Amino acid sequence: MIQIEDITKSFGEKTILKGVSGTFEKGKPNLIIGASGTGKSVLLKCIVGLVKPDTGRVLYDDRDFYSGDRYLKIEIRREMGMLFQGGALFDSKTVEENVRFPLDILTKMKYDEKQDRVNFCLKRVGLENANKKMPSEISGGMKKRVGIARAIVNNPKYLFCDEPNSGLDPQTSVLIDDLILDLSEEFDMTTIVVTHDMNSMLGIGEKIMFLYQGHKVWEGNKNEITHSNVKEFEAFVFANKVMNSLREK
Amino acid sequence: MITEIGKYFIFIRTLFINRESFRTYYKLVLEESVTIGIGSLFLVALVSTFMGAVTTVQTAFNMVSPLIPDYVISQVVREMTVLELAPTIIAVIYAGKVGSSMAGGLGTMRITEQIDALEVMGINSASYLVLPKVIASLLMFPLLVIVAGVCALVGGYVVGVLGEIITPNDYVFGLRFSYNEFTVIFALIKAVVFSFLVSSISSYQGYYTEGGALEVGVSSTKAVTNSVIAVLLADYFLAQLLLVK
Repeated sequence: MIQIEDITKSFGEKTILKGVSGTFEKGKPNLIIGASGTGKSVLLKCIVGLVKPDTGRVLYDDRDFYSGDRYLKIEIRREMGMLFQGGALFDSKTVEENVRFPLDILTKMKYDEKQDRVNFCLKRVGLENANKKMPSEISGGMKKRVGIARAIVNNPKYLFCDEPNSGLDPQTSVLIDDLILDLSEEFDMTTIVVTHDMNSMLGIGEKIMFLYQGHKVWEGNKNEITHSNVKEFEAFVFANKVMNSLREK
Repeated sequence: MITEIGKYFIFIRTLFINRESFRTYYKLVLEESVTIGIGSLFLVALVSTFMGAVTTVQTAFNMVSPLIPDYVISQVVREMTVLELAPTIIAVIYAGKVGSSMAGGLGTMRITEQIDALEVMGINSASYLVLPKVIASLLMFPLLVIVAGVCALVGGYVVGVLGEIITPNDYVFGLRFSYNEFTVIFALIKAVVFSFLVSSISSYQGYYTEGGALEVGVSSTKAVTNSVIAVLLADYFLAQLLLVK
């Protein structure tokens, strides 16, 4: 479980996050949603430690990430896996080397053990025949799946996904969403997904946090989306014509 | 400016904190050494050969007094090459070729979130990416300077002899005449200092790239400019420190 308490973050004069608190539960995808520029990605970066919040705490199973203990920070980070928006695959390495990379650096596993784990993860994301391909030779959807395989290869306790569906067609988006849902349940990970994709909300939104202008204004799950009384959230959800027609029905 | 210099020194410090195992760096240093050393060999040899050749021709052109013996030409070529041209001019070329490539590579990794990916894995990205480049530079650049020195002297010899500017015996005699071995040591000290400056400044510029493709280009340009300025300043201070009695 990950808890965030009173997270604020400013860049110069502009305050992006204004005291965001919440809890992200284990074994299911927790979604952070909101319109562009509301601070979703900044919040995720604060949680994983890529951006240091001005105030507030981030607790990983009651361990304070920003306690100042450098070794604790490294220990927690080695329990994380992250899927970046563009995949963030290492250009000079093959798909297999990309996935094996965390094991090469962070573990003392033997080569065969590492290879078995890599093959397992690539098979799990449906890419069993892409081992020797370079990132430049595969599609955007495949890059995301390789990114997921790399994120889970080290058996993380926490999985973070930054806009996993951006730039993908609807079918591939559903595939990625399902994969995130299945993996979260299968490996009992605390998963946080930043998205503004309505399909993801409706598909895997077991727990949803809605951000508006740096504040958390709504929290719930996919079944409660249409029953909200928060006007900012309503405007976000029903901005889509399809959702609007559903409401009219 | 002061803030930037302070940030640079903090960056240098981070290279040595929470490093990965020696095993991890060993392969990376070898890979970087091949890229930096072998990759620069042709350009360094070409530039330095012509540098030696041109220095020979121009020194001969300027020696108008018949009282000055011919072997002084190769003596001048030797002193200029070893003391200044080989380490400094090659460092400037090195900054243009290797420094810009380091900054561009790291800048691209930054904007495509590859550096963030390393950080999230709990890896000290600065140390993992930059330290091997700095170590490889420290190992390879002095060797490139030695190659440059030899090529320049050979270039001077070939042009001097083929152009009938100087006889082979005079050229070799001039190279040996009044030779002070400290000049070679001084050149190698300069090579070590310059290689550190070029690799660390270029990496610093690339590592802290913000924005997109345009900013990667800006970082590469800044890397070359700042490295060359640092090399020239260091060149003066080292000369003042080690040569002036």
